[in-house]
Amino acid sequence: MAPSGPPAACLYAAMPTFSYVLAQTYTDAPDRPAIHLQFAKRDDVTLTHRDLVRGATGFAAVLAGENIQPGEVVVIIQHHGEALVYAFWGAILHGAVPAILPPLTEKLLPERYRHDLSALIGITQPAAVITYADFAGEVQAAIDASSVTRKPKCIAVNVVTPAEPDFAALGGMRRTEDDIVLLQHSSGSTGLQKGVALSHLSVFNQLDAYAPAIGLTERDVIVSWLPLYHDMGLIASFLLPVLKRVPLVLMSPFDWVRAPGKLMQAVSKYRGTLTWLPNFAYNFCATRARDRDLEGVDLSSLRAVINCSEPVYDSSQRAFAAKFGRYGLRETALATCYAMAENTFAVTQSAIGQPVRLNEGGGIGNAGQVSSGRPLPNVQVRVLDESHNDVAQGTIGEIALKSDCMLSEYYHRPDATAQAFHDGWYLTGDLGYMLDGELFVTGRKKDLIIVGGKNVYPQDLEQLAGEVDGVHAGRVAAFGVFNESAGTEDVVVVAEAESEDEAAREQVAESVRQYITRNSDVAVRHVVLVDARWLVKTSSGKVARSANKAKYLEEQALGQPDTQG
Amino acid sequence: MSNDTTDVASMIAGYISGTILKNPKRIIKPDEKLISSGLIDSFHLVDLGLFIEDKFGVRIDDSELNADTFDTLDQLVGVITSRQ
Repeated sequence: MAPSGPPAACLYAAMPTFSYVLAQTYTDAPDRPAIHLQFAKRDDVTLTHRDLVRGATGFAAVLAGENIQPGEVVVIIQHHGEALVYAFWGAILHGAVPAILPPLTEKLLPERYRHDLSALIGITQPAAVITYADFAGEVQAAIDASSVTRKPKCIAVNVVTPAEPDFAALGGMRRTEDDIVLLQHSSGSTGLQKGVALSHLSVFNQLDAYAPAIGLTERDVIVSWLPLYHDMGLIASFLLPVLKRVPLVLMSPFDWVRAPGKLMQAVSKYRGTLTWLPNFAYNFCATRARDRDLEGVDLSSLRAVINCSEPVYDSSQRAFAAKFGRYGLRETALATCYAMAENTFAVTQSAIGQPVRLNEGGGIGNAGQVSSGRPLPNVQVRVLDESHNDVAQGTIGEIALKSDCMLSEYYHRPDATAQAFHDGWYLTGDLGYMLDGELFVTGRKKDLIIVGGKNVYPQDLEQLAGEVDGVHAGRVAAFGVFNESAGTEDVVVVAEAESEDEAAREQVAESVRQYITRNSDVAVRHVVLVDARWLVKTSSGKVARSANKAKYLEEQALGQPDTQG
Repeated sequence: MSNDTTDVASMIAGYISGTILKNPKRIIKPDEKLISSGLIDSFHLVDLGLFIEDKFGVRIDDSELNADTFDTLDQLVGVITSRQ
């Protein structure tokens, strides 16, 4: 579908800050729907821009009452719902810097969650942690255990009382474009310690480059189940619609995962035009959406389903198209994007409404390699060799970026910030190649596992496995193995066992699996216990993950070693 | 346990170990925590719900696919037999 209607507006003549845009929309289009919130057991709740600003103003008053100062960080731990939305925008209107973190899930041990939150508080030094009443005790325990001298306040808010905004009195109106507007973290003990700090200007530069790349207009409707503690959820499926006045339909990831057909129902109900999904969700929707949930569903309004945040597989795209074609999904709606939090969001985007280019034979086995599209006009992409020299077109190297929408810093982590850049170029740690101006992402230089769109640091899992009785500490390798039917990576842990007894090993393997899940919220697909000195180490004595992955795959192909888990 | 509930339990246990965990040798104990232990991750809860609906004609609502409704094989069998 060709974009219709006026292009999405550029709304910050006075100052490119979030609060100015909220104030402008509150004046120009207060009755326009901002967010349709969907729930498992309640009717949808529609917040207009007036509702959004009034709720946020009420929340800003709470922060003012707690003496939180503009520029200070507030951590937000809320479940899907009005309170989360108001807390985020309330922090913005107050001039504070919100950082949304995931809530505790039933799998994760509270002690581990507390430990990670304490560590984050130690680095970020927020002025407050905002949560809901039932969880305040847990948050307070994490605050008490943190190393900071000035302890953040724990603010429990379940229901916000809306208030009329007096914009002149709101701290957010005095922020400037270079000020940090928000922090974004990825998951796990390692990820939580590196908060990506973005300025107002970086976010607007991203949105102003990305909106035309997807042909965004005020007639679009964005539909999302993505969590707001993830860049694809926060930027593409929360900030982009609210700041560009495009209605958003938002559901909880926890509701979606139990009934993926709800995404299609939402598209059908609200005539959704755009949605972003990680690759695994294509397989998941195609195989798990119940037919009874899809009765009468019409997906013909969708002009782009954008595959982003984990490696894109043609087989996943095709499975999705095959399943939903009969519900009106057009095959040309399938699009791709390469994005990362450090660049605010998108680096590249495929052309909307056109088939995504496939480099035949470029992927795994004989599969084609899917293009991620062209760099946004404000992003320069280079592909570098080990010595940081440009490689020839079509040659694989490390992807490096320079743009006007880069992170300001990893918050309070000058060491990590310095390490991420070389000569002014951000080194992504991802591998890929350029072909005719399009980027093809092939893998990763850094040992990162991406499972279900979530970044998992293998060192976190190895550390945990080493804590289990019966495992040789320091002699563990964790890595991801692509599972084609799931469309994402399976987590595999190989550990050297102290015992050679098979029954004992089975017990240890089970303990490792459980211990990792409960301490990292990561489901491990396969735990393999091996003999001492099985693992390949580097000359410096570190476990070589890629070499051990290769050895594991080789032995799997041969039907050994004895595997449990 | 009656024969019926034993059958239900063993069919579900077989499905969990064989299809979800891909390890048919794995024994699922009746009181073993399935969800809160992470043995069944959230992506497989839908599968389990569909399996139960197909095999036993019992509908478990999407919103019930969590550790509050059932977390062990025993509890799951209880939910199924109470609705048959």
